[in-house]
Order: sequence, then structure tokens, then C-alpha cells
Amino acid sequence: MSNTHRDSKGRPIVAVTGLGIVTSLGQGKDANWEALTAGRSGIHAIERFPTQGLRTTIGGTVDFLFDRPFSAPELSEKLAMLAAEEAVGQSGIGQPGDFPGELFMAVPPVEMEWPQKQELAASIEGDVDYDGLLREAATLKHKAKHELFLFGAVADHVADAFGTRGSPISLSTACSSGATAIQMGVEAIRRGDTQAALCIGTDGSIHAEALIRFSLLSALSTQNDPPQAAAKPFSKNRDGFVMGEGAGALVLEDYDHALARGATILGIVAGCGERGDGFHRTRSSPDGKPAILAMQDALADAGLAPDDVDYINAHGTSTPENDKMEAMSCAAVFGERMARLPMSSNKSMIGHTLTAAGAVEAVISFLTIAKGRIPPTINYTTPDPAIALDVVPNFARDARVRTVLSNSFGFGGQNTSLVLTAEPARS
Amino acid sequence: MQRGVVITGIGLASSLGEGIETHAAALAGHMAPVVDTTSFAPYPVHPLKALELDRQIPKKSDQRQMEPWQRLGVYAAGLALDGAGIKDDVETKSLLQVIVAAGGGERDHAVDGAILTGLRSANAPGAYLNERLMGDLRPTLFLAQLSNLLAGNIGIVHGITGASRTFMGEEQAGVDAVRTAHARIASGQTEIMLVGGSYNAERRDMLLLLELGGYLRKGDFAPVFEREAAPGIVTGSASAFLVLESAERAAARGAAIHARLDKVVAARSKRTLGAVEATLRALIGGFGAISPDVLAMSAATGAAGITGEEAAALSGLPQARRIATGDLLGHALEAAFPISVALAAAALSAGQAKEAVVTGAGHWRGEGAAHLVKA
Repeated sequence: MSNTHRDSKGRPIVAVTGLGIVTSLGQGKDANWEALTAGRSGIHAIERFPTQGLRTTIGGTVDFLFDRPFSAPELSEKLAMLAAEEAVGQSGIGQPGDFPGELFMAVPPVEMEWPQKQELAASIEGDVDYDGLLREAATLKHKAKHELFLFGAVADHVADAFGTRGSPISLSTACSSGATAIQMGVEAIRRGDTQAALCIGTDGSIHAEALIRFSLLSALSTQNDPPQAAAKPFSKNRDGFVMGEGAGALVLEDYDHALARGATILGIVAGCGERGDGFHRTRSSPDGKPAILAMQDALADAGLAPDDVDYINAHGTSTPENDKMEAMSCAAVFGERMARLPMSSNKSMIGHTLTAAGAVEAVISFLTIAKGRIPPTINYTTPDPAIALDVVPNFARDARVRTVLSNSFGFGGQNTSLVLTAEPARS
Repeated sequence: MQRGVVITGIGLASSLGEGIETHAAALAGHMAPVVDTTSFAPYPVHPLKALELDRQIPKKSDQRQMEPWQRLGVYAAGLALDGAGIKDDVETKSLLQVIVAAGGGERDHAVDGAILTGLRSANAPGAYLNERLMGDLRPTLFLAQLSNLLAGNIGIVHGITGASRTFMGEEQAGVDAVRTAHARIASGQTEIMLVGGSYNAERRDMLLLLELGGYLRKGDFAPVFEREAAPGIVTGSASAFLVLESAERAAARGAAIHARLDKVVAARSKRTLGAVEATLRALIGGFGAISPDVLAMSAATGAAGITGEEAAALSGLPQARRIATGDLLGHALEAAFPISVALAAAALSAGQAKEAVVTGAGHWRGEGAAHLVKA
């Protein structure tokens, strides 16, 4: 059988045949979609660890998967496994434990956490220092902690469970990681390296120190009461993001490969754009140039024009700086149309799922296309006059959506945009 | 479409010093390894030879905002850009894409120790931990901790506005970084890339992670393939970055070419007995005919079992000149494979060999190989 379908640049078309998602709103597409379109928030007071003395005490933690204490890599792995099971199951590709393609995973940077360090320290006489911890480690009584905190272990376990091919990629581009995982899958399929890719973004890393680190950067909302109202992207009174947890998984597949096996095509990853920002370690270029270029690159890669975009799935973190920069950048790309082009932020309900965000929000974007309904930006009660946007305020809206631009921007100058479309009319 | 990929920039810095000439001299057997057996005893490490940071990171404010592994990586990246002649080429730097193989940031060891000591007697451990972390963590620590901030700092310091990606996953991150960079150029997806990694061995938090699994050698240094009596890794502070470029682009701008990077391959064996040997043999077998006097550059870790398996796989190249990267400058985890490719390229560039095979098996997972030929 010959490959007959190519994109506008003569490359294989990258179809989506499976989607999976877990967030603080629940497990699976149905639970999430119901909550997202009802405008329900998954943000709540943190109970996982004591929050006394912290400026921020809320988060979109996923609390329904373990009934015992766990570490960030354990939760991140569990989230990834569940999202991948849903996506691979929907796609019907391969056989259980035999996924005929490569694995690209966005995983949070992990390191040994306090409970594990305390276990090591327990048997040390006198003051604790790293030499003491090293002596305890050398007893090899804590061997499992080595694998637990290796960066490559989560992807390795997922590769084992799903039987993906080749060397699995564990990557981080900070808050655009999930989008980068998708982009890497797209590139591998376009190169012909693989006919299918399992692309996952996962993040289950809300623990005390992670929250405190973001808090010390003044990046988090401190409006803890009520928790559901804290994430308010594009509002005038926005005051930072809310950490969230979750995973998104997508089965990407060469379009002709998917057609040949009779798979249902859920959509197309039509274009990807990425740009670095050499301006500052945590701040975006004030002129928004890298974000503008990332969006323009993604559209050009897809062979589309700004007018083709029906909806923008915003990065929309709810920080004063990001939302201003993103709105301005979108205005530069879309011009006057921006005032009536719907752009909403899923983060208003699920918080910022960090490493997972790009993948989680890509899954939601494809659901938006499939259902013809745009999830709202909730908590939009005080518009920011400096940002004239149609943020789909507070209530979901029915709309014909065939092309979505999904933005992800991260610390370290990472800017990634994806163009996600409905299946093209078959010829 | 498969296009030729060439190496036009090599940035190397380690315990031996910096630059192609220094490392080529070590490859030729003219330098002894530098080992510190006391500072982190009982664990030997290869300490970084001090860098004149101002030469690659002119702003003190930039230097201050980075940790040692980031400064080292930014420095080596700068050497690669200089070598490729693109340091001041704004247009190229706007297209240049970066892949970094990175680990995590360094803990504040004193803070950790004090908190762990205090936690034992704290009445409310959770509240105590919060209070201490809020008070003792430097806000900037967060940034130094983020794996992708080495790439971010390379962008900021060297003015690279192309996109960057950071791979994590110990040694295999380095293999996949070079493999992906090569594939993107070979397939025509991009023209020029900067790829590499950086590792600071002089930190107890990383020694701790490796020692939890019992992977470190104790006592003194011994050559990587002669550690059967007391196997284990001797880590080394080192970084390598490579400028990879399509052969056409390099030729068009008249760039000096160190070597052609022919193929880069990777695998993930199940680590049953003999699996690493079989996997590496298969990867090398995919390179086709190899000349007898090839340079075999090994990124072997020194870890028990798999190091012997890598040696066995390399015995399939019986007349090869085998050099372990670890014998020159230690094992640099994520950076180990990029460093080994950089060393092979330096050897080819210096006329020490016409062809090179690079191998590596991660201490816990992942195998990789590369094939280089003289330009």
C-alpha cells in the first residue's frame, strides 16, 4: 500500500488516534470534559503535607490515586501510566504491551525528597551531613531509592509497561515540556523514524519544597480563600499561578498508517513552533518577540494563516507578566481579530500542571475540536482593561472549532506553540 | 533524504584543562589523569581544572546566577561556538537549535544537613520544614536547580535565540541528545545544532544518588577496564558541546570540519546477563564495514558487569585502539557520551585516527553508539 497523504510541505501527516488525561478534576476524558465545561475548579486546600507558615496553601493536587505516602516520581509515573492506558486503549494500536512506536516523555526533574533523606538520616549519630548520608547509602540498605530518583526511570517503566520501541526520551523544557514531547513525536514521524509515537507529559511533583521554591520566586497566587477562585488568568486581579498535577497522553501516528488499520482519526498535529528567549531566566522578552515567532512558526509549519485559527488554548498562567505578554503577543499575530477570537485558559480550573501542561492542554484542545464546545476561563470577574480579549468568560461556549493554537511558555526562555486541527476532509 | 552531518565545533573542558589540543594530547597518551582521592573520600573524583570564566561568561552577574555545572556547560558551549566560528554570527545563532543532556541542580548541602538534624527533634516536623525552607532556601536556588536552565543560560550568555531542548535520564540523555541532533540535520529538519552536556562531579548529592545503588568505586583510581576487583564509577567534572552542521552548509561557508558524524544509534536492553554486550555488538554491527585500525572510544562507566560486557563487545574490533573516556577524565553521566564523541572527533581532527566508533552503556539503563569518519 502506498502512502498517499502528505501535508503542504510534502511530509507525512501526523494524526492523533488516542487521547488520555488525568487532572485534579478526575481521571479520564469524560470526567475532565464534564468538569471543564461546567466551569468547575479542581483547586483545593493542600492536605498532602502541612502548610503552616506557607504563603500559598492551595493546589490542584491529584489525591485519588494512592492511599499511602508517595514521592513525586511515583505519582508522576502513575499519572503517566493512567493517561497512556486511556490513549493507547482508545487508539487500538498494537497489542497490549507492544506499542509499535517510540516514547517521548516530559517528566518533572526529580531529586531525593525529605522523607527519604530523613530515612537515611535516622541512623546517623550526631549532626547530619552528607558524609553521614553517604555512609548510610553505602550500606546498600536503601538501594530502591537510587532507581526511584533517577531522571530516566519513569520513562523506563512506562516503556516497559507499553512495550514502546527504541530509546525512550525523558525531556524538560520547563513549563512547555508537554508541548515539546508532542513536537518530538511529530518530528520523528515526519522523519519516518517511526510510524507511531506515544507522547506524554506528566507532573505529580507538588510537595512542600517544590511549592516553597515557586513561592520564593513570588510566582504563586496567595489568594488561598476560596481556593477555587485563585487561578484567574487575564483578570486584572490575577496574582500568580496555582500549581497543579496531572498527565496528558497522545498517540500520534502517521496518517496513512492510521487509515490503513481503520483507526478513528481524532485530529491532526499540523504544526509546531519553538523559539528561545535569551532575555532573562524567568522573565519573557517584554516585546513578546519569541512568543510571537513561536506562534508564527507553528502556523507556517502547518501551512496555515492566522485567520485559519478558530480558538487559542492559552498558556494563561494567571501571573501578571505571562498573561500580559501572551495577550500582547497574540495581538501582534492576530491583529484586530484578537478582540473576538476566543482564547481561554484551562489553568483557571486545573491550575498549572507544569511539565504536563502542554500535553494536558493539547488533549483538552482536541476534545474542544471534537465536541464543538470551548471550556471557559473561570474566575473572570474583573477584566483587565489593558488586555482586551474574548477569554470565554466563566461559561463554556458552543463553537465550531477546527483549528486550535495551543501555547506553552516556560522559564529558561522556552516558547512552544502547537497548531492542532480537525481531521482534513478525506479525498 | 539522508544528508551528511559534520562536526564544525568542539568545546571541551575537564580535569585535564580545556580545548581540543589539550584533550588530543591526553588521547595520544601524553597526560596522566587528574584524580582527587581526598576531598570526597572514600570516593575519588576528577576535579575540574579551574576555568577563566570571564573568557566565555563575561558578565559577573551571569556567573553568579549559575551553579558550577551550568558555568562549566556554558563555558564549553562557548568554546564550541568559537571553534565553529559562529559566536558572533547573530543570524546563525537565531537559527541554532540546542539540545542539552542535563541532570539536576546542586543541593545546598549545609542547609540540608542542618534541617535534617533539626527535624529529628522538631515537635511539628512539617511546620519546621516549611519554616526552615522558607527562610534558608535562596530564591535563585530554584533556577539553578531546573534542568533546562543550562540551556537557558547558554541562550542568555551566548545570545542564542533558536529553540532549546533538555534531555534528562542520566547517560542515555547524552546518547539521545547527540542522536536526535544528528537525525534532525540528516533528515533536513534543521541545518545546524549545538549539542552537549555538562557534569559537576564535585558534589556529594550526586555521589549520594549513585552510592544508593552501590555504583561508586571507593579508594583509588584504576583504569575503567581494570576495576574487576573493586568495580564502580569514578566521576569526573567535565563538559562537551559540539556544533553539528549539514555538510552542505559547512562547505558553503568554508567551515573547518573536524570529522563527519556518520551515524548515532541507541537502544534500551533489559539488562539481563549478556544483554549489554549483545546490544552494543548489534549497534556497532549496524555501522557496516569498519577498518581494523579504528579508534574505539568507550564511555564505559566502570560499573560491575556491564563494563566487562562493553569490553567484550569491543573485542569484536580486535585491532582497534581502545580508549576509555573514564581513564582520561572520569565518568560524567549525562555528559559522558557527548564528551566521548567530542574526544573521538578531536582525535580525528588531530590526525590520530581516520575512523572512530564510540560506545557507551549507562550505569543503570541505555546503550548507545556513534560512528565518525575523518572529513
